[in-house]
Amino acid sequence: MLRRPATSTQITHLQRLWLYGLVGLVIAFLIIPCLIVVPMSFSDSQYLEFPPRVWSLRWYEAYFFSSEWRQSTWVSLKVGAVTTILATILGTLASYGLHKSTNVFKPIVRGMLVLPMMVPLIFVAIGVFFVYARLGLNNTIAGLVLAHTTLAIPFVMIAVGNGLSGFDMNLERAARGLGASPVRAFLTVTLPQIRISVLSGMLFAFVTSFDEVVVSIFVSSGANSTLTKRMFANIRDQVDPTVAAISSLLVVLSIVVLVAGQFIQRRGRSGPSPD
Amino acid sequence: MTVMVQETEPVVLNNSLLQRSRNLQGISFIGLSLPAAMLVAAVLIIPFSWLAWLSLFDAAGNLSTENYVRLLRPAYVDSFLTTFKVAGLVTAICVLLGYPVAYLLSQLPQRATQILMVFVILPFWTSVLVRTYAWLVLLQRQGIINQWLLSSGLISEPLPLVHNMTGTVIGMVHVMLPFLILPLYASMKAIDPVLLRAAANCGASPAQAFRQVFLPLSLSGLSAGIALTFVLCLGFYLTPALLGGGRVAMWSTQIADMVAKFANWGAASALSVVLLVVTGGILWGVNRFMRVPDAWGGKR
Repeated sequence: MLRRPATSTQITHLQRLWLYGLVGLVIAFLIIPCLIVVPMSFSDSQYLEFPPRVWSLRWYEAYFFSSEWRQSTWVSLKVGAVTTILATILGTLASYGLHKSTNVFKPIVRGMLVLPMMVPLIFVAIGVFFVYARLGLNNTIAGLVLAHTTLAIPFVMIAVGNGLSGFDMNLERAARGLGASPVRAFLTVTLPQIRISVLSGMLFAFVTSFDEVVVSIFVSSGANSTLTKRMFANIRDQVDPTVAAISSLLVVLSIVVLVAGQFIQRRGRSGPSPD
Repeated sequence: MTVMVQETEPVVLNNSLLQRSRNLQGISFIGLSLPAAMLVAAVLIIPFSWLAWLSLFDAAGNLSTENYVRLLRPAYVDSFLTTFKVAGLVTAICVLLGYPVAYLLSQLPQRATQILMVFVILPFWTSVLVRTYAWLVLLQRQGIINQWLLSSGLISEPLPLVHNMTGTVIGMVHVMLPFLILPLYASMKAIDPVLLRAAANCGASPAQAFRQVFLPLSLSGLSAGIALTFVLCLGFYLTPALLGGGRVAMWSTQIADMVAKFANWGAASALSVVLLVVTGGILWGVNRFMRVPDAWGGKR
């Protein structure tokens, strides 16, 4: 097996062992920090150990029984949910409009809409903080939702754009030719065909909001602190193992999201059903 | 066989009407992106332009270059240098670690690629905050890495691995690595394996075939990955703020400090404007002079 050629240039697996080893190390470097907090969070000691000498659920209790942590989790979930709805609607509309438009300003509008993904978050954070201070939006749910929606729009647009580029617009034209109004043609013909892309856009939007830290650090505090804001303050000021428990929950969440994303894509790859 | 030429009536199109309807469609459809565009303008473009405008005035409200002249002071110049040093170092390490991974991903059979890809994507989906925290725990004085090194007898004193440049670079490499691997992999996947076989047929050794055929063809993807990584590093806030422990003054942490601690909007804005110009300049230059495959897989 090892002496079999591995590539078209007849190099054998044996000759490439060093490459496999190196890539294995890099993959370990990538993966270990994502997973190691999970076993460590079950440690009983103040200094997180690996492997834990005494196992306990102490830090999970600290999380679930703290009204502050529960409150900020609730804020994050609320902001994430509203952001997902808003960003999906606005992003899908924009993506569809730009896909069909023949206007000369199309590239400019598209460039402007992907801007939130390109500029460093610290810019968005200080800009928003500055303007919100004048509008009284700092430390409000509404302010967080507006900022997070802006950040999530490009991700929705890209996901939906991918779906639209694989969609045959003639189907929509056929619907229009048969007398459907533009709205009806979109809702009954186009939207069902690109639903997979819209769903993965929603997933992106939720993760963008739920994991967002930098803007939240500036524009959320007190009762309206997001989970990430409270975690950031906690990590910076002391290494509190409660954060390890929350981190583990977030790791599990991201694995769930990853699997859900793969599932959605696989469903999409098998093709939309013709009926 | 003779070809029958059928005479058909020329179809008369009402061109002006069609054109008008097309124009109307262009306008009405671009209108659908208006709500999103307005939000981006309100949350991003207007606030930032406002700040950029403010950076042109001094504390007394007179038009002046004070905020920009101040950036020439040693403390700011140092942070420029630190930012570029960290970004350059992180990008270089990412290239060294990422190139072999992308190469192997592009060469393995599809099933193995899919499995390996999950390991590259999982960090991508895991919150940066969680990963930074994990590094803090791993690298701290009583952390796992120091304990292992101590118990193996390699060191006698715990190494200062975090709250300094070392920790910042390690943490940032971990965040940036997928951003380099993914576009690089996409461009390597597009290299036709037949070319390598041709090189082998012409008598090239595997190493020669790699060096003279594969490597040059992968350079456009590599430069896209490098540009993306470098630019992301320049404006990166979270990891330097947590793993730098206040000792690694990067641009982004300087901007945040000036706003949060000193409420010095003029200085923060001036610094942001310079950072934006540098970032934009690099991206523009890369786009202008190199063929960059779209790293995000989006359609343009």
